Amino acid sequence: MTNIAFVRKKEIPPSAPPITEVGLIGWLRQNLFSSWLNAILTVLSVYFIVIMLWDFIPWAYGGHWNTKSLRECLDLDPDVACFSVLAARWKQLLFGLYPAEEYWRPTLTFIFLLLAIVPILFPKFFRFFWFSIIYPGLAVWLLWGGSFWSISIVYIGLTFGTLLFLSLIRRYLKNYMIAAILAFLFTAVFFLFISNPLVALLNVILPISLPFVESLKMGGFTLSLIVGVTGIVASFPIGILLALGRQSNLPVIKMICVGFIEFIRGVPLITLLFVASVLLNYFLPPGTNFDIVLRVVIMVTLFSAAYMAEVIRGGLAGLPLGQHEASASLGLTYWQSQRLIIMPQALKISIPGIVNTFIGLFKDTTLVSIISLRDPVGLASTIRADQKWNGIYWELYVAIGLMFFIFCWGMSQYSQYLERKLKTDK
Amino acid sequence: MEKTKINITDEIAIHISDMNKWFGNFHVLRDINLEVRRGERIVVCGPSGSGKSTLIRCINRLEEHQKGSIIVDGTELTTDLKNIDKIRSEVGMVFQHFNLFPHLTTLENCTLAPMWVRETPEKEATEIAMEMLEKVKIPEQAHKYPGQLSGGQQQRVAIARSLCMKPRIMLFDEVTSALDPEMIKEVLDTMIQLAEEGMTMICVTHEMGFARQVADRVIFMDDGQIVEQNEPEEFFKYPQSNRTKLFLSQILGH
Repeated sequence: MTNIAFVRKKEIPPSAPPITEVGLIGWLRQNLFSSWLNAILTVLSVYFIVIMLWDFIPWAYGGHWNTKSLRECLDLDPDVACFSVLAARWKQLLFGLYPAEEYWRPTLTFIFLLLAIVPILFPKFFRFFWFSIIYPGLAVWLLWGGSFWSISIVYIGLTFGTLLFLSLIRRYLKNYMIAAILAFLFTAVFFLFISNPLVALLNVILPISLPFVESLKMGGFTLSLIVGVTGIVASFPIGILLALGRQSNLPVIKMICVGFIEFIRGVPLITLLFVASVLLNYFLPPGTNFDIVLRVVIMVTLFSAAYMAEVIRGGLAGLPLGQHEASASLGLTYWQSQRLIIMPQALKISIPGIVNTFIGLFKDTTLVSIISLRDPVGLASTIRADQKWNGIYWELYVAIGLMFFIFCWGMSQYSQYLERKLKTDK
Repeated sequence: MEKTKINITDEIAIHISDMNKWFGNFHVLRDINLEVRRGERIVVCGPSGSGKSTLIRCINRLEEHQKGSIIVDGTELTTDLKNIDKIRSEVGMVFQHFNLFPHLTTLENCTLAPMWVRETPEKEATEIAMEMLEKVKIPEQAHKYPGQLSGGQQQRVAIARSLCMKPRIMLFDEVTSALDPEMIKEVLDTMIQLAEEGMTMICVTHEMGFARQVADRVIFMDDGQIVEQNEPEEFFKYPQSNRTKLFLSQILGH
């Protein structure tokens, strides 16, 4: 029998790993050539990428930009791209039928959009959040035009209501319900009786207005962004409320939320868009002018809110019960605990799903071409209807695809950045 | 070690009478009668499933009782949400699995409830939080996230988080059961320190050494009933009921 007793007498110092495990060689070995199968797949993939680019690069790089029609392109060289259609029609792809002399308005709206989302995306710019708040009104005014005051009055009314609500709570009442009802009543009175004369008065004193542009003139990427961004911004809070409602202990609220979510998820978006474009008018009193873009935005929002609710519910389900118990045991109320403890964590878990839904929504905006709105895909058909460009497909769709890719890729990159930033366990 | 009993007053902190609770058809707590005086330190023990955790979770309404009454600091627990929130802000609770908020730093974990529930200004809340973190001996971890701390450190933060609300009663629900052996002591030391300061405490625990050292009373529960209660010395030396004897032999026997 051997002696099992052992005492270490000499310490082993840590040493560097073998050269084949680190650096470029290590990376290649681990990621591309870790086994025979993996090595074969690597070689095959490289082969396919090469043959695709072999055809695509000369086609795209040698493309024509200055011809007058597709015919001319084909006469010059039928084997390369005919990007002339983009050169000729790019304004339409961006702005639809928007009046050419007003192109600065959607452009400015887009620039402001980029500025408005910065405070939301990056907390260190949060002090500019006021701009994100005024942006929606500003965008509506810039895009549709009309009197500056009829948009501002909405903000004035809502500010009035909010301040009233806050001061009622602070000074007189501890009861949120009564404060909310009172504030709502006063705000309603403001909008019903005071706002119209006030707008008329302001229009006389200081007329600021832009030429009106009707919704059917909206098109191209402007329209995609209007529908997509509004849908994204509006569906997010609605989705949160639906997800909370679905978990509610109150049967009525729960039933409404479940019913809504299941109904919307069970119906194709196209159907909802048809309802928005055709059927809704039958139900409204004759002569009502319910803006088509607004109708589409509402449908898209509701559609993606239902998906959003399920994604967030997944995040809520992923939280340990202990989080609810800990916040309750500290005396936080339901809404405080949702806002400070539960939602931040549930949303963080759901980031990939949420961004997935956002990207899906943004790409689904192309479906509005079915109800003859002129988004980029709808415009592609319009452009082909022109004799000069009849028969052109690839170039248009490559360009449209590229534009969508830039936006969706941006969203995806941001979500990855956010996930890295919110990582708190290491 | 001599225990200080001078802290115990005649004031009733918790009064539970004929309290019953069911989970569905399962009668989990049966006719519980318990009176806890201010400053008293109570250890509740018993086999798993005996209802001891459920009992202390009823005290801050994490579980709802169906019969009988629970009066905490003179406020009766009913369905009235205001009473519930009031009692919860006066009663601190520490959990087996810490339940720290992983998206907040240690310091934010501690300042959150005072700022939102008590409406303490941030500066003052931070001061209180640092004081409590010093008390549990980890002020240097204030700006780390819970995920970066060891189990023992997390549990001490959880205790500090509760203390920041300046609770009058503390509930401890098997707070050392999820810890590695070498970390149990640091948490128990914190609890002993609290006990010595005169905090009213109810601890569900199997740490019998702790019970001996700090408890004024040990309660043994089985099958949803209080089977036996006594001073720790008597309880451990002369258990009366057979169930207590069996239980003690099982946990002390090895």
